[in-house]
Amino acid sequence: MTDRLAPPPFDPAAAAAAAARFAATAPADVSYALVDSPVGTLVAARTERGLACLSYEDHDGGVDAVLDRLAAKLSPRILEAPARLDDVRRELDEYFEHRRTAFDLPLDWALVGPFGRKVLHATARIPFGEVSTYAKVAAEAGNPKASRAAGNALGSNPMPIVVPCHRVLHTGGKGIGNYTGGVHRKEALLRLEGVLLGP
Amino acid sequence: MTPPPFQRFLDAHRDDVWRFLVAAVGRDAADDCFQETFMAAMRAYPRTRVENPRAWVLTIAHRKALDHHRARARRPIPVGAVPDAPAPEPPEAAGDGVWERVSGLPPKQRAALLLRFAGDLSHREVAAALGCSEEAARRSAHEGLKRLREELAA
Repeated sequence: MTDRLAPPPFDPAAAAAAAARFAATAPADVSYALVDSPVGTLVAARTERGLACLSYEDHDGGVDAVLDRLAAKLSPRILEAPARLDDVRRELDEYFEHRRTAFDLPLDWALVGPFGRKVLHATARIPFGEVSTYAKVAAEAGNPKASRAAGNALGSNPMPIVVPCHRVLHTGGKGIGNYTGGVHRKEALLRLEGVLLGP
Repeated sequence: MTPPPFQRFLDAHRDDVWRFLVAAVGRDAADDCFQETFMAAMRAYPRTRVENPRAWVLTIAHRKALDHHRARARRPIPVGAVPDAPAPEPPEAAGDGVWERVSGLPPKQRAALLLRFAGDLSHREVAAALGCSEEAARRSAHEGLKRLREELAA
Protein backbone atom coordinates (compact mmCIF):
# COMPACT_ATOMS: atom_id res chain seq x y z
CA MET A 1 0.00 0.00 0.00
CA THR A 2 1.38 3.36 -1.00
CA ASP A 3 0.18 6.87 -0.31
CA ARG A 4 -3.22 6.21 -1.84
CA LEU A 5 -5.95 3.59 -1.88
CA ALA A 6 -7.21 1.87 -5.01
CA PRO A 7 -10.93 2.54 -5.50
CA PRO A 8 -13.16 -0.19 -4.04
CA PRO A 9 -14.52 -2.99 -6.26
CA PHE A 10 -17.52 -1.85 -8.18
CA ASP A 11 -20.36 -3.52 -10.10
CA PRO A 12 -21.72 -1.19 -12.83
CA ALA A 13 -24.79 -3.40 -13.33
CA ALA A 14 -25.75 -2.95 -9.66
CA ALA A 15 -25.37 0.82 -10.00
CA ALA A 16 -27.53 0.83 -13.13
CA ALA A 17 -30.18 -1.26 -11.35
CA ALA A 18 -30.23 1.08 -8.36
CA ALA A 19 -30.61 4.08 -10.69
CA ALA A 20 -33.48 2.38 -12.57
CA ARG A 21 -35.24 1.65 -9.26
CA PHE A 22 -34.87 5.29 -8.31
CA ALA A 23 -36.24 6.56 -11.64
CA ALA A 24 -39.21 4.17 -11.47
CA THR A 25 -40.32 5.19 -7.96
CA ALA A 26 -39.16 8.77 -7.25
CA PRO A 27 -41.80 11.51 -7.53
CA ALA A 28 -40.59 13.31 -10.66
CA ASP A 29 -42.47 16.31 -12.09
CA VAL A 30 -42.06 14.85 -15.59
CA SER A 31 -41.82 11.14 -16.46
CA TYR A 32 -40.78 10.02 -19.91
CA ALA A 33 -40.30 6.91 -21.98
CA LEU A 34 -39.36 5.97 -25.51
CA VAL A 35 -42.29 4.38 -27.33
CA ASP A 36 -41.88 2.38 -30.52
CA SER A 37 -44.45 2.87 -33.26
CA PRO A 38 -44.85 2.09 -36.98
CA VAL A 39 -44.05 5.75 -37.72
CA GLY A 40 -40.85 5.72 -35.68
CA THR A 41 -39.70 6.03 -32.09
CA LEU A 42 -41.59 8.57 -29.99
CA VAL A 43 -40.53 10.39 -26.83
CA ALA A 44 -43.60 10.41 -24.57
CA ALA A 45 -43.56 12.65 -21.50
CA ARG A 46 -46.23 13.25 -18.89
CA THR A 47 -46.82 15.32 -15.80
CA GLU A 48 -49.26 14.42 -13.03
CA ARG A 49 -51.96 16.11 -15.15
CA GLY A 50 -51.42 13.99 -18.22
CA LEU A 51 -49.52 13.58 -21.48
CA ALA A 52 -47.62 16.80 -22.22
CA CYS A 53 -45.37 15.79 -25.09
CA LEU A 54 -45.15 13.12 -27.77
CA SER A 55 -42.16 13.89 -29.98
CA TYR A 56 -40.74 12.10 -32.96
CA GLU A 57 -37.37 10.99 -31.64
CA ASP A 58 -35.48 11.82 -34.86
CA HIS A 59 -37.05 15.27 -35.06
CA ASP A 60 -35.86 18.49 -33.38
CA GLY A 61 -32.49 17.20 -32.24
CA GLY A 62 -33.39 13.88 -30.63
CA VAL A 63 -34.18 12.79 -27.08
CA ASP A 64 -31.63 15.06 -25.39
CA ALA A 65 -33.00 18.17 -27.07
CA VAL A 66 -36.58 17.15 -26.23
CA LEU A 67 -35.63 16.66 -22.57
CA ASP A 68 -33.75 19.98 -22.45
CA ARG A 69 -36.86 21.77 -23.72
CA LEU A 70 -39.06 20.00 -21.16
CA ALA A 71 -36.59 20.90 -18.39
CA ALA A 72 -36.71 24.57 -19.38
CA LYS A 73 -40.46 24.80 -19.97
CA LEU A 74 -41.90 22.41 -17.35
CA SER A 75 -39.40 21.29 -14.72
CA PRO A 76 -35.88 19.80 -14.62
CA ARG A 77 -37.14 17.05 -12.28
CA ILE A 78 -37.40 14.62 -15.19
CA LEU A 79 -36.95 10.86 -14.92
CA GLU A 80 -37.23 7.95 -17.33
CA ALA A 81 -40.12 5.87 -15.96
CA PRO A 82 -41.58 3.64 -18.69
CA ALA A 83 -44.29 2.15 -16.43
CA ARG A 84 -45.80 5.63 -15.96
CA LEU A 85 -46.38 5.83 -19.71
CA ASP A 86 -48.09 2.44 -19.98
CA ASP A 87 -51.49 3.94 -20.86
CA VAL A 88 -49.95 6.05 -23.65
CA ARG A 89 -48.13 3.04 -25.07
CA ARG A 90 -51.28 0.90 -24.89
CA GLU A 91 -53.55 3.44 -26.63
CA LEU A 92 -50.97 4.09 -29.36
CA ASP A 93 -50.59 0.34 -29.96
CA GLU A 94 -54.37 0.01 -30.26
CA TYR A 95 -54.52 2.96 -32.67
CA PHE A 96 -51.83 1.52 -34.93
CA GLU A 97 -53.49 -1.92 -34.81
CA HIS A 98 -56.81 -0.42 -36.02
CA ARG A 99 -58.49 -1.13 -32.67
CA ARG A 100 -58.85 2.51 -31.58
CA THR A 101 -60.08 5.63 -33.39
CA ALA A 102 -60.00 8.14 -30.50
CA PHE A 103 -57.64 8.64 -27.58
CA ASP A 104 -58.85 8.75 -23.97
CA LEU A 105 -55.59 9.97 -22.47
CA PRO A 106 -55.59 12.89 -20.03
CA LEU A 107 -53.60 15.75 -21.58
CA ASP A 108 -51.47 18.50 -20.07
CA TRP A 109 -51.57 21.59 -22.33
CA ALA A 110 -48.77 23.37 -20.46
CA LEU A 111 -46.52 23.56 -23.54
CA VAL A 112 -49.16 25.28 -25.68
CA GLY A 113 -49.98 29.01 -25.74
CA PRO A 114 -53.55 30.41 -25.68
CA PHE A 115 -54.15 30.64 -29.46
CA GLY A 116 -52.39 27.34 -30.06
CA ARG A 117 -54.68 25.73 -27.52
CA LYS A 118 -57.78 26.94 -29.38
CA VAL A 119 -56.35 25.65 -32.66
CA LEU A 120 -55.40 22.27 -31.19
CA HIS A 121 -58.74 21.91 -29.36
CA ALA A 122 -60.48 22.45 -32.72
CA THR A 123 -58.07 19.93 -34.27
CA ALA A 124 -58.82 17.38 -31.57
CA ARG A 125 -62.50 17.47 -32.64
CA ILE A 126 -61.78 16.28 -36.19
CA PRO A 127 -62.89 12.63 -36.17
CA PHE A 128 -60.79 9.66 -37.26
CA GLY A 129 -60.90 9.23 -41.03
CA GLU A 130 -61.89 12.84 -41.74
CA VAL A 131 -59.82 15.90 -42.59
CA SER A 132 -60.07 19.68 -42.30
CA THR A 133 -58.13 22.70 -43.59
CA TYR A 134 -55.88 25.31 -41.98
CA ALA A 135 -58.48 27.98 -42.78
CA LYS A 136 -61.34 26.03 -41.16
CA VAL A 137 -59.34 25.27 -38.05
CA ALA A 138 -58.33 28.95 -37.79
CA ALA A 139 -61.99 29.93 -38.06
CA GLU A 140 -62.97 27.46 -35.36
CA ALA A 141 -60.21 28.89 -33.16
CA GLY A 142 -61.93 32.27 -33.53
CA ASN A 143 -59.80 33.94 -36.19
CA PRO A 144 -60.63 32.98 -39.81
CA LYS A 145 -57.79 35.16 -41.17
CA ALA A 146 -55.14 33.44 -39.06
CA SER A 147 -54.63 30.31 -41.13
CA ARG A 148 -50.86 30.93 -41.19
CA ALA A 149 -50.81 31.26 -37.39
CA ALA A 150 -52.96 28.15 -37.19
CA GLY A 151 -50.41 26.40 -39.38
CA ASN A 152 -47.65 27.42 -36.99
CA ALA A 153 -49.63 26.19 -33.98
CA LEU A 154 -50.20 22.86 -35.73
CA GLY A 155 -46.51 22.69 -36.68
CA SER A 156 -45.52 23.05 -33.04
CA ASN A 157 -48.18 20.65 -31.76
CA PRO A 158 -46.40 18.96 -28.83
CA MET A 159 -48.72 15.91 -28.95
CA PRO A 160 -48.95 14.77 -32.59
CA ILE A 161 -50.99 11.64 -33.37
CA VAL A 162 -52.98 12.03 -30.11
CA VAL A 163 -53.96 15.58 -31.12
CA PRO A 164 -54.43 14.74 -34.81
CA CYS A 165 -52.78 17.64 -36.61
CA HIS A 166 -52.15 15.23 -39.49
CA ARG A 167 -55.87 15.62 -40.32
CA VAL A 168 -55.42 19.29 -41.24
CA LEU A 169 -54.57 19.80 -44.93
CA HIS A 170 -53.92 22.64 -47.37
CA THR A 171 -56.84 24.03 -49.34
CA GLY A 172 -56.95 24.05 -53.09
CA GLY A 173 -54.75 21.24 -54.32
CA LYS A 174 -51.45 22.48 -52.86
CA GLY A 175 -50.57 19.07 -51.48
CA ILE A 176 -51.32 17.84 -47.98
CA GLY A 177 -49.24 20.46 -46.17
CA ASN A 178 -46.32 20.18 -43.80
CA TYR A 179 -46.05 18.02 -40.73
CA THR A 180 -43.99 17.94 -37.59
CA GLY A 181 -41.80 14.91 -38.13
CA GLY A 182 -42.01 15.01 -41.92
CA VAL A 183 -44.68 14.73 -44.63
CA HIS A 184 -44.04 10.99 -45.06
CA ARG A 185 -45.44 10.47 -41.56
CA LYS A 186 -48.50 12.57 -42.28
CA GLU A 187 -49.12 10.38 -45.33
CA ALA A 188 -48.61 7.19 -43.30
CA LEU A 189 -51.14 8.32 -40.67
CA LEU A 190 -53.69 9.38 -43.30
CA ARG A 191 -53.26 6.01 -45.03
CA LEU A 192 -53.80 4.22 -41.73
CA GLU A 193 -57.05 6.18 -41.26
CA GLY A 194 -58.20 5.38 -44.82
CA VAL A 195 -58.05 9.00 -46.04
CA LEU A 196 -55.20 8.35 -48.43
CA LEU A 197 -55.22 5.19 -50.46
CA GLY A 198 -52.29 3.12 -51.57
CA PRO A 199 -49.46 1.25 -49.91
CA MET B 1 -30.16 28.82 -16.14
CA THR B 2 -32.19 25.63 -15.92
CA PRO B 3 -30.21 22.64 -14.69
CA PRO B 4 -30.14 19.66 -17.07
CA PRO B 5 -32.90 17.02 -16.85
CA PHE B 6 -32.47 15.08 -13.59
CA GLN B 7 -32.23 11.79 -15.49
CA ARG B 8 -28.99 13.05 -17.04
CA PHE B 9 -27.63 14.03 -13.61
CA LEU B 10 -28.56 10.56 -12.28
CA ASP B 11 -26.90 8.81 -15.25
CA ALA B 12 -23.75 10.92 -14.89
CA HIS B 13 -23.23 10.28 -11.16
CA ARG B 14 -24.85 6.93 -10.36
CA ASP B 15 -21.58 4.96 -10.68
CA ASP B 16 -19.60 7.32 -8.44
CA VAL B 17 -22.31 7.41 -5.79
CA TRP B 18 -22.75 3.63 -5.88
CA ARG B 19 -19.00 2.94 -5.58
CA PHE B 20 -18.74 5.39 -2.68
CA LEU B 21 -21.72 3.92 -0.83
CA VAL B 22 -20.68 0.27 -1.24
CA ALA B 23 -17.38 1.20 0.40
CA ALA B 24 -19.04 3.38 3.05
CA VAL B 25 -21.98 1.23 4.21
CA GLY B 26 -21.62 -2.15 2.47
CA ARG B 27 -23.45 -3.70 -0.45
CA ASP B 28 -26.68 -4.48 1.43
CA ALA B 29 -27.26 -0.97 2.78
CA ALA B 30 -25.94 0.77 -0.33
CA ASP B 31 -29.26 0.63 -2.17
CA ASP B 32 -31.27 2.39 0.57
CA CYS B 33 -28.61 5.07 0.92
CA PHE B 34 -28.48 5.45 -2.86
CA GLN B 35 -32.24 6.01 -3.06
CA GLU B 36 -32.12 8.54 -0.21
CA THR B 37 -29.16 10.36 -1.73
CA PHE B 38 -30.81 10.95 -5.09
CA MET B 39 -34.17 11.69 -3.46
CA ALA B 40 -32.56 14.48 -1.44
CA ALA B 41 -30.69 15.70 -4.51
CA MET B 42 -33.87 15.78 -6.60
CA ARG B 43 -35.77 17.65 -3.90
CA ALA B 44 -33.13 20.38 -3.84
CA TYR B 45 -32.35 20.18 -7.55
CA PRO B 46 -34.07 23.10 -9.28
CA ARG B 47 -33.42 25.54 -6.43
CA THR B 48 -29.78 24.76 -5.92
CA ARG B 49 -27.05 26.45 -7.90
CA VAL B 50 -24.43 23.76 -8.01
CA GLU B 51 -20.92 24.58 -9.19
CA ASN B 52 -19.59 21.06 -8.79
CA PRO B 53 -22.40 18.50 -9.14
CA ARG B 54 -20.18 15.48 -8.47
CA ALA B 55 -18.82 16.83 -5.19
CA TRP B 56 -22.34 18.00 -4.27
CA VAL B 57 -23.98 14.60 -4.69
CA LEU B 58 -21.08 12.77 -3.00
CA THR B 59 -21.44 15.13 -0.04
CA ILE B 60 -25.11 14.16 0.18
CA ALA B 61 -24.13 10.47 -0.07
CA HIS B 62 -21.60 10.96 2.72
CA ARG B 63 -24.34 12.41 4.98
CA LYS B 64 -26.71 9.54 4.16
CA ALA B 65 -23.93 7.08 5.03
CA LEU B 66 -23.46 8.87 8.38
CA ASP B 67 -27.23 8.70 9.01
CA HIS B 68 -27.10 5.00 8.27
CA HIS B 69 -24.26 4.40 10.75
CA ARG B 70 -26.04 6.48 13.43
CA ALA B 71 -29.29 4.59 12.93
CA ARG B 72 -27.43 1.30 13.25
CA ALA B 73 -25.75 2.50 16.44
CA ARG B 74 -29.16 3.36 17.95
CA ARG B 75 -30.83 0.12 16.94
CA PRO B 76 -30.77 -2.40 19.79
CA ILE B 77 -28.90 -5.54 18.84
CA PRO B 78 -30.04 -8.73 20.57
CA VAL B 79 -26.76 -10.20 21.76
CA GLY B 80 -25.65 -11.90 24.95
CA ALA B 81 -22.75 -9.63 25.69
CA VAL B 82 -23.10 -5.93 24.90
CA PRO B 83 -20.17 -4.76 22.76
CA ASP B 84 -18.42 -1.47 23.55
CA ALA B 85 -19.25 0.00 20.17
CA PRO B 86 -21.40 -1.17 17.29
CA ALA B 87 -19.30 -3.21 14.93
CA PRO B 88 -19.28 -1.60 11.51
CA GLU B 89 -21.06 -3.61 8.86
CA PRO B 90 -18.43 -5.42 6.82
CA PRO B 91 -18.51 -3.96 3.31
CA GLU B 92 -18.49 -6.14 0.22
CA ALA B 93 -15.92 -8.86 0.70
CA ALA B 94 -13.85 -8.41 -2.43
CA GLY B 95 -10.56 -6.93 -3.54
CA ASP B 96 -7.65 -6.87 -1.14
CA GLY B 97 -9.69 -6.28 2.02
CA VAL B 98 -8.36 -2.75 2.58
CA TRP B 99 -11.82 -1.13 2.38
CA GLU B 100 -13.15 -3.52 5.03
CA ARG B 101 -10.41 -2.17 7.31
CA VAL B 102 -11.25 1.45 6.44
CA SER B 103 -14.68 1.06 8.02
CA GLY B 104 -12.99 0.22 11.32
CA LEU B 105 -11.06 3.52 11.43
CA PRO B 106 -12.08 6.52 13.58
CA PRO B 107 -14.91 8.50 11.89
CA LYS B 108 -12.85 11.46 10.61
CA GLN B 109 -10.17 9.26 9.08
CA ARG B 110 -12.77 6.93 7.63
CA ALA B 111 -14.76 9.80 6.07
CA ALA B 112 -11.63 11.45 4.65
CA LEU B 113 -10.39 8.21 3.05
CA LEU B 114 -13.82 7.31 1.67
CA LEU B 115 -14.39 10.71 0.07
CA ARG B 116 -10.81 11.00 -1.20
CA PHE B 117 -10.33 7.50 -2.64
CA ALA B 118 -13.77 5.87 -3.01
CA GLY B 119 -15.34 9.19 -4.07
CA ASP B 120 -12.19 10.41 -5.89
CA LEU B 121 -12.63 13.96 -4.58
CA SER B 122 -9.74 16.40 -4.16
CA HIS B 123 -8.63 17.31 -0.63
CA ARG B 124 -10.30 20.67 -1.13
CA GLU B 125 -13.62 18.98 -2.06
CA VAL B 126 -13.27 16.56 0.86
CA ALA B 127 -12.77 19.54 3.18
CA ALA B 128 -15.93 21.21 1.83
CA ALA B 129 -17.90 17.96 2.32
CA LEU B 130 -16.67 17.53 5.89
CA GLY B 131 -16.89 21.21 6.81
CA CYS B 132 -13.23 21.39 7.83
CA SER B 133 -10.10 23.03 6.50
CA GLU B 134 -8.24 21.55 3.55
CA GLU B 135 -5.29 21.01 5.87
CA ALA B 136 -7.46 19.04 8.32
CA ALA B 137 -8.89 16.89 5.50
CA ARG B 138 -5.38 16.17 4.26
CA ARG B 139 -4.24 15.28 7.79
CA SER B 140 -7.19 12.93 8.42
CA ALA B 141 -6.50 11.07 5.17
CA HIS B 142 -2.80 10.91 5.99
CA GLU B 143 -3.43 9.58 9.50
CA GLY B 144 -5.94 7.06 8.18
CA LEU B 145 -3.46 5.73 5.64
CA LYS B 146 -0.73 5.56 8.27
CA ARG B 147 -2.96 3.57 10.57
CA LEU B 148 -3.96 1.17 7.78
CA ARG B 149 -0.30 0.64 6.97
CA GLU B 150 0.45 -0.20 10.60
CA GLU B 151 -2.48 -2.62 10.79
CA LEU B 152 -1.49 -4.36 7.58
CA ALA B 153 2.14 -4.64 8.72
CA ALA B 154 1.10 -6.16 12.05
